[in-house]
Amino acid sequence: MSDKKNSAGWSRRDVMKAAGAFSAAGAMPMFFSRGAWAGETFRNDPGKAASVKLGFNVPQTGAYADEGADELRAFKLAVKHLNGEGDGGLMNTMKPLSLKGNGILGKKVEYVTGDTQTKSDAARASAKRMIEKDGVIMFSGGSSSGVAIAVQSLAQEMGVVFMAGLTHSNDTTGKDKRRYGFRHFFNAKMSGSALGPVLKKEMGTDRNAYHLTADYTWGWTQEESIKETTEGLGWKTAKTVKTPVGAGDFSQYITPILNSGADTLILNHYGKDMINSLTQAVQFGLRDKEVNGKTFEIIVPLYSRLMAQSAGKNLKGILGTTNWNWALKDEGSKAFVKSFGSEYGFPPSQAAHTCYVQTLLYANACEMAGTFYPPEVIKQLEGFKFDGMGNGATEYRAEDHQCFKDVLVVRGNENPTSQFDLLEIVQEVPRSQVEYDAKIFGGELGPYKV
Amino acid sequence: MDAIFLQILNGLDKGGAYALIALGLTLVFGTLGVVNFAHGALFMLGAFCAVTFQKLLTISKQVKDESITFFDAFKEQPYLEIWFGDFGTTIIDYSVPLSILFAIPVMLLVGLIMERGLIRHFYKRTHAEQILVTFGLAIVLQELIKSWFGANPIPTPAPEIVSGSAPVGVLLGMGESVVYPWWRLIYLAFSAIIIAGVFAFLNLTTFGMVVRAGMMDRETVGMLGINIERRFTIVFGLAAVVTGLAGVMYSPILPPDYHMGMDFLVLSFVVVVVGGMGSLGGAVAAGFLLGILQSFASMNEVKSIIPGIDQIIIYLVAVVILLVKPRGLLGREGVMED
Repeated sequence: MSDKKNSAGWSRRDVMKAAGAFSAAGAMPMFFSRGAWAGETFRNDPGKAASVKLGFNVPQTGAYADEGADELRAFKLAVKHLNGEGDGGLMNTMKPLSLKGNGILGKKVEYVTGDTQTKSDAARASAKRMIEKDGVIMFSGGSSSGVAIAVQSLAQEMGVVFMAGLTHSNDTTGKDKRRYGFRHFFNAKMSGSALGPVLKKEMGTDRNAYHLTADYTWGWTQEESIKETTEGLGWKTAKTVKTPVGAGDFSQYITPILNSGADTLILNHYGKDMINSLTQAVQFGLRDKEVNGKTFEIIVPLYSRLMAQSAGKNLKGILGTTNWNWALKDEGSKAFVKSFGSEYGFPPSQAAHTCYVQTLLYANACEMAGTFYPPEVIKQLEGFKFDGMGNGATEYRAEDHQCFKDVLVVRGNENPTSQFDLLEIVQEVPRSQVEYDAKIFGGELGPYKV
Repeated sequence: MDAIFLQILNGLDKGGAYALIALGLTLVFGTLGVVNFAHGALFMLGAFCAVTFQKLLTISKQVKDESITFFDAFKEQPYLEIWFGDFGTTIIDYSVPLSILFAIPVMLLVGLIMERGLIRHFYKRTHAEQILVTFGLAIVLQELIKSWFGANPIPTPAPEIVSGSAPVGVLLGMGESVVYPWWRLIYLAFSAIIIAGVFAFLNLTTFGMVVRAGMMDRETVGMLGINIERRFTIVFGLAAVVTGLAGVMYSPILPPDYHMGMDFLVLSFVVVVVGGMGSLGGAVAAGFLLGILQSFASMNEVKSIIPGIDQIIIYLVAVVILLVKPRGLLGREGVMED
């Protein structure tokens, strides 16, 4: 093959070599040097500042204020550990770990807090203030799917990563998923998949279920997922009834159950609604009833230890699911419970656990990316596989930003050994059993660069 | 038929709560002319009297919890149980009914302080200003409660002996499936007794007669040398006690939380308006009527015809009644019409 040269003495091969060398030289900093994305401008870039700020947007007032308070405790503990103070908590067990205990990328971690009031508009306003006024590089928190979905879309609009706290609706990482939003907590679909085999074993395949469902995104998706599970077992669905959020007195919704022919009540309620509806269902004698030759059963698909404290003895023996429980015996859970318990005098809730883990995961992703530049941090989180955080081997699925890990099926403890021992772990359901195709819920993540 | 009977019972016990709150509200409005938006907070404070009393009875000795090894945790053993054994346990079990004795003086004091300390300064101000200041007071009270007791509902169970359901169907020959919680039946009876007691007090005592006269014509009663202001202050205290007791007895039905007063306040105002401003009988009648209507509107058969009717029925009925009878069911001419 001839190697013809032009008038300047450059052959075609020379030109190709030069182009290749130029491209390689141009790309080199991307591969080998920290801060390679320094050329990219992004919102709230800490630049050469000695510290970096995170925003913790939790319900400090309203019905979920106690959960918000526990989330805030966990966030503060995470910040302490990131800055190299305290016993290090889950940084001692997380694998792989890029964190060094010197803040994030050598910058000391500071934080601001906001109050979501468990209202979407208030949560958005609070998050916006954190981003625009306080200059946070990431924000997290929340105890409601309505709130999570609202602030997640704000995160996408403003190009600031949102690491969701407690949100259980399928929509958060389903039809409303966003590139800038990540959820460590499990969801209603996973609750259904985890509960199914336990329900089959304990209650059989011939049941007639009556659903009372909180009338908003979380309730709808949970009802849909649990119904799919129970009907898959062969159960019938007697009725699904939507109840207003914060109804208080549920008696008018409970009395029709007495003569409905249903032998199982599924309470798709959370928080105050769950406490009230469950208390009243027990008062109406549902748990003492026999229908169709079977003992009437109540199921609460999403449990919370903080809520269990308020429901008292009414919760004993009732099945449900939870993302994490302080009684787990793996090294990660033990490290976190010890750290949190020593700091505050009581064990953490699942809301606290998920918020703590989310903060560490974000910080770790920044260390892995070597930058705070959000598209690169997001790419590090997408598909990230880790262990030692209390839920076994875990993966942040790239397609929908949903974490996949083991799920706990629990039961209200009949014989608690301590005031915190409210939930008995019935089964640690392996991750493989709760996985599903990301396509079933639709939705679009959106672009990396905004 | 069974379902209808159960919904009537539901409506009656819900109506009992509405009627008790509305009774206090209209008593204050009828005597003092004050639109008291802090009235719901009195209901909430009553429920928290039950919570406080329960906490007092369960003051405990802290014992190291050996079952928790990761950190120092303590479990609590009530002194009453340590000192009196089973008898102490029984006293704790009966904390809700016993807390009535605690709530009466507390709520009377709260009512008197509220009236003397704040509300009397607004007698001659506009209704808008009264609403603003009392609404503000309600928010302050609920935030104080939240900071002290937290945001989550606090379980205050009824005594074990009445924690289950009464076999109403068997007693009335309707079938075994018709059962109704004992405590709700007790609440219904309690409401009826309190309402009867208030009416008897106002109609059968000299004090009540003077108050009623004052409600009709304050100036003339004053000219007769009667210190009507002082009596009205006591009426405010009485209204606080009635509403507080409604809250105490409701606590096993709805575990108290700091926001429960606001949840009942709006409904109670609708009850007062439908019953007729300043009419005690109207408040009671409207309370039970709206309670029953709300229960029926929640039936699946009704909601399948008109979805969402359970959410709006009370307001819909209020609109219709006010269109047909602008002064409410038993409203008097001239009340709040200036």
